[in-house]
Amino acid sequence: MSPLQGCLLLSAALFSVGLVIALARSNAILVLLGIELMLNAANLNFIAFWRFHGGTAPATGVIFVLFAIAVAAAEAAVGLALVIALYRHQKNLRLQEATRLRG
Amino acid sequence: MNFSATHLWMIPALPLLAAAIGSLTPRGGRKLAAGAAIAAMIGAFVLSCGALVTALAHPAVHGYANFAWFTLGNEVVRVGWLLDPLTAFMAVMVTFVGALIFIFSLGYMKEDRNFTRFFCFLSLFAAAMLGLLVANSLLLLFVCWELVGLASYLLIGFWFHKPAAAAAAKKAFLTTRIGDLGLLLGLLWLYHVRGTLLCYDGGAGVLEQGSLTALAGTTVAGGFALSTAIGLLIFCGAIGKSGQFPLHVWLPDAMEGPTPVSALIHAATMVAAGVFLVARVYPLMLADQALANVPVHALTVVAGIGAITALLGAAIAVAQNDIKRVLAFSTVSQLGYMMLALGVGSWVAAIFHLLMHAFFKALLFLGAGSVIHAAHHEQDVRRLGGLGRRMKATFATFAVGTMALAGVPFLFSGFWSKEAVLHAAHAWPVSSLPLLVGLAAVVLTAFYMTRLITGIFLGAPRTDAAGEAHENSAVMTGPLLILAACAIGLGFLGTPAWPWLQSNLGGVVVPSESIWEAPGLMLLSIGLVVVGLGTGWAVYGRRRNVNASSVDPLAQAAPGLFAVLAARLGFDEFYVATFGRANTWVAALADGFDRHVWGGLVSLLARFGEFSGLLNREADEDILNRGFDRASAAVRGAGQTYSRAQAGEAHGYLRTVALAFVVFALVLLLGGVR
Repeated sequence: MSPLQGCLLLSAALFSVGLVIALARSNAILVLLGIELMLNAANLNFIAFWRFHGGTAPATGVIFVLFAIAVAAAEAAVGLALVIALYRHQKNLRLQEATRLRG
Repeated sequence: MNFSATHLWMIPALPLLAAAIGSLTPRGGRKLAAGAAIAAMIGAFVLSCGALVTALAHPAVHGYANFAWFTLGNEVVRVGWLLDPLTAFMAVMVTFVGALIFIFSLGYMKEDRNFTRFFCFLSLFAAAMLGLLVANSLLLLFVCWELVGLASYLLIGFWFHKPAAAAAAKKAFLTTRIGDLGLLLGLLWLYHVRGTLLCYDGGAGVLEQGSLTALAGTTVAGGFALSTAIGLLIFCGAIGKSGQFPLHVWLPDAMEGPTPVSALIHAATMVAAGVFLVARVYPLMLADQALANVPVHALTVVAGIGAITALLGAAIAVAQNDIKRVLAFSTVSQLGYMMLALGVGSWVAAIFHLLMHAFFKALLFLGAGSVIHAAHHEQDVRRLGGLGRRMKATFATFAVGTMALAGVPFLFSGFWSKEAVLHAAHAWPVSSLPLLVGLAAVVLTAFYMTRLITGIFLGAPRTDAAGEAHENSAVMTGPLLILAACAIGLGFLGTPAWPWLQSNLGGVVVPSESIWEAPGLMLLSIGLVVVGLGTGWAVYGRRRNVNASSVDPLAQAAPGLFAVLAARLGFDEFYVATFGRANTWVAALADGFDRHVWGGLVSLLARFGEFSGLLNREADEDILNRGFDRASAAVRGAGQTYSRAQAGEAHGYLRTVALAFVVFALVLLLGGVR
């Protein structure tokens, strides 16, 4: 098994774990956590392909990942703000109950 | 002052500016509006004097400045300014008399609510009148001609809340419009033939030799020379504007306007515009004189119309009781004199009489205005009387005006100008009728003016209004005194011993008969003036114990004739019975045609529209609507079905993402994409 395959397997596992968390939990914070795991699995793939698949430009994969992390941070900020607003509104964080757009 | 035709535009521009200021001034800005109007008039007077000095340096030269106004296709329409002694003398007269009347109006209109509007209209009138005078293009002249008519309409109808004033304004506008139609046709014809309407343009203008030869050399229908036809059409405009028979009916009614308006527009300046127009196109009117085999010469018609008008106006004036109407018919008569002088070949005498008449008739009208103002708007001679003792300045100046108009010998301007007209008529080889008519009008003029002045100023007051009248302020008597001085002094500019005005006006001394060659005629006319004054005094001057309802002595002597004259020879009734009735018939015919023929057609179209509307509605409701209903129901059902996919549950979305992920992964693993 080559190092690339190992990395891809790790990344796939990470993604699956994230997906299961996102689908199975009803707490909004945990769902966000799962989504972050999936994002990081994707980031791991970027790095792995850049490192082991002979990218000619030295920094392409890293730059990609840096952008992805920045976007993820922004998304986490928005997501947490939504979580707080949701909590204030319905005094819990159950996503099943957050079905109405107004009211 | 170095003044040339290029700068002439400033003369009308000043009052126009004042009119603009007046139109923007609110009702309270009385001082601003009146001050701007009077200052503009005085400025225009100074400029006109400059123009006169320039024009008199070379009296025979027509100075002009032309420029392109606008381009229409290949036609370049050019207009311009014209500076010759005729323009300059008229401009000086208009601005001088105008400025005095403006000042008089300060007092006369003092109590009027619409004081600023009045001065705005007066300035507009002055601008248009001065524009008419300085125009070198008949087109520009026509534009100003119509503007003058508009200003006249606005000012006659200034007190439009009086039905009589509103009707008089309409009548004046419509009656002059008939004449203007002739003028417009003449100008169109002239433009069609000559391709320009410039008067003087370095040999190419319509009043210059090349054009005149061509116009006189062409014959049109009826054997008329083309110049005769066009000249007579232009003369139609003059008939309308100058109150000549048969279109004189509007002028007496125009007296419904404020008295300063009557003085400025309907006595001194605007009504003289017709005389000015004929004098301006005089080369055109003269062009057919050399032709022997034409049915009529243009000037013969002018002389005939003038003679009829002179006699008619004077005769009707004898039997009128309203001060302003007497003066109005007197104006009609004097304008007839001017036309007569033009017709018999002496345009210089006509303009001389025009200028003198402007001063003394403005004086008479302002005097009448002073009386009317003092007597609380009482205008009926029968209800006045005895004002001479309390209104000495008005009485004295009115007497000067009367003597000038009647032609009392030697001292008064009207005498010299009237003599010039009569001698021109005497020298006319075609007919002696104009001379006889002129002499008859002399007697009548002296007679009715005596009747008027004794009625207003002598005897005892016949009503309370007359008894309480007192002299007006200096702002009203001042212009009277200045005009009276002019009515005496200006005549000496044109006496036969020193014909300064005549020689400068025409550029050369006119070859009409000098007064010294027919001393008998002068003695005869003096005798006739004496007869007129004496008869007037005998009939009206020594009446005692008269009151407001006394019957006029003339009416006692000849009731039938007096009634006919008092009814103005029935012209108004005649026009109502003929043209008015014809108009009503045509209107009724047009109404019937409209109602039944066009109306039927229109309602047929409407029926068709109604029918197609019905069809349309059926199609709409049964076919389109039902289809749309069905489609809408289908869309709604689909929406309900699909809305379940968007229930707002975050897990539902996540499940979709996961499902998509699994599907993509399977596709990749099974090599479907590769």
